Amino acid sequence: MSGAPRPQPAATTRPDPYAPKGLVLTLESTGAILLALIWVLPLAYAVWAAIHPAEYTTRFVLTAPLTLDNFTRAWAAAPFARYFLNTFILVTMILAFQLVLGTLAAYALARQDFWGRDIAFALILAQLMIMPDALIVENYRTLARVNLIDTIPAIALPYIASAFGIFLLRQTFKTVPKELDDAARVEGASPLQVLMKVYVPLAKPTYIAYGLVSVSYHWNNFLWPLLVTNSVESRPLTVGLQVFSSSDQGIDWAVICAATLMTSAPLLVGFLLFQRQFVQSFMRAGIK
Amino acid sequence: MNNRATATIHGWLLLLPAMACLALFTHWPAIASFVDSFMSTPRARRPARFVGLDNYQQMLADPIFWKAMANNLWFAAGTIPTSIGLALLMAVWVNDKIAGRTLVRMAYFTPTILPMIAVANIWLFFFTPQYGLLEQIVAAFGGRSTNWLGSQDTALYAVTIVAIWKEAGFFMIFYLAALQAIPPSLGEAAAIEGASRWTFFRRVQFPLLMPTTLFVLINAVINAFRMIDHIFVMTRGGPDNATTLLLFYIYQVGFGFWDTSYAAALTCVLLLLLALVAFVQYGWLERRTHYQ
Repeated sequence: MSGAPRPQPAATTRPDPYAPKGLVLTLESTGAILLALIWVLPLAYAVWAAIHPAEYTTRFVLTAPLTLDNFTRAWAAAPFARYFLNTFILVTMILAFQLVLGTLAAYALARQDFWGRDIAFALILAQLMIMPDALIVENYRTLARVNLIDTIPAIALPYIASAFGIFLLRQTFKTVPKELDDAARVEGASPLQVLMKVYVPLAKPTYIAYGLVSVSYHWNNFLWPLLVTNSVESRPLTVGLQVFSSSDQGIDWAVICAATLMTSAPLLVGFLLFQRQFVQSFMRAGIK
Repeated sequence: MNNRATATIHGWLLLLPAMACLALFTHWPAIASFVDSFMSTPRARRPARFVGLDNYQQMLADPIFWKAMANNLWFAAGTIPTSIGLALLMAVWVNDKIAGRTLVRMAYFTPTILPMIAVANIWLFFFTPQYGLLEQIVAAFGGRSTNWLGSQDTALYAVTIVAIWKEAGFFMIFYLAALQAIPPSLGEAAAIEGASRWTFFRRVQFPLLMPTTLFVLINAVINAFRMIDHIFVMTRGGPDNATTLLLFYIYQVGFGFWDTSYAAALTCVLLLLLALVAFVQYGWLERRTHYQ
């Protein structure tokens, strides 16, 4: 009983007759590694520029001295501490609301039989096709009307009801055996108690997977936060980094690379720690 | 009160918070965009009034709109097949037991988790004339200096390459999952029949990957119309609108010129395009896709 459908584990111990051997394997490995090197090149370059003095930004000498100076200069040049705090508040707020709203809606769609359920489901799924980015003009107007522009809740509000999250949780809740539900009800549990005691604990893998996808998406989101924020107090990291790197102080690539690494560090570290879960959560997200 | 009525009240109460948010930030703005596209933009002393198809006529006569549309189609034509093809190649490679498989997989996936806005700065440096990384490589081979992002001929290619780099590793994950879900017995059977590896891929693996290809394709099309973060950093639509894409133009019209009605009309075109994608997905491709 494992939440959403899970991809089968890689083939067993039986030998794969089409596994490449000899020269073919060497060629394939070489190609794969070359492509991998191109793919990490931007990150590798950022690391190089960030840990060397500015005069080595474009000169790749192995004996170049190492320094952490670029990080301290970047940290001092913009209120990154505030940006980190804002981003942290933002992703936590969005995730918390997404989980609560998603759980309630998914439970209704998965296990309640009521009038209008199919229409409601169709209305929710419509969000999968209409991307929020297309509606920036109208959403800006709505938030301006209620005086929320330049606040963190304004960045969060359009995203707290997530069709994707509701869909994912609904699929998971549908796999929970009906007997468990009935047993809890016989014990006298209310519908909300059944939800909290039976469904939510069983859907834990889905919650973790969805949480990873949501946090990485909103940590990286840029266009909407750029539009709704215009002060340090509400700007998340992505917008802060952009303001910082396009300022008039001349382009200092070493400092920009240091700032870039700082901005991405929490996600990169998270990725290294939860590599398997990350990859699996993206896979699960795709399999309908 | 009967059971059915109680269930309906319960159901809608559970749905209420999510539905209210969706209505406020998805359904309502979509309808409002449609309505606004037939109105004039309200100004200080002139409230909005009904102008019929004026905004759409303006659009038909607007060279920047057509430029953005053409750019977006070229951008889509450049990113979609290339990123899907590369993703498939990557997945086949890291599905085999090659040297350093885990590291290679991670390398392919890194662009997916890096903030686009952050790595766009680094790509900006790669494309910088005179001392950028690309220039250094070109110079090493004796090539001419090019202002990749500053030239009308190359700017769109440059932003397309960055988008491909961002997407391919993400799509690879789905192909990898699908490849691993193919039962090994199929490979054994094909080997007994004496099929070559290429025949096995073409006749067995590739057809079985069709649902994944469909899913990835839909994502790639949607992304082609929404991926604009790196354009903000690298070109801001320039030079001379050479990299202005549809969504970037909506942003410019709506928040640069504050012409909200015209932006609403442009939004409707974008939504229509997305609806078309949905229609193709559910209507046409779904029937032609071979499911397991």
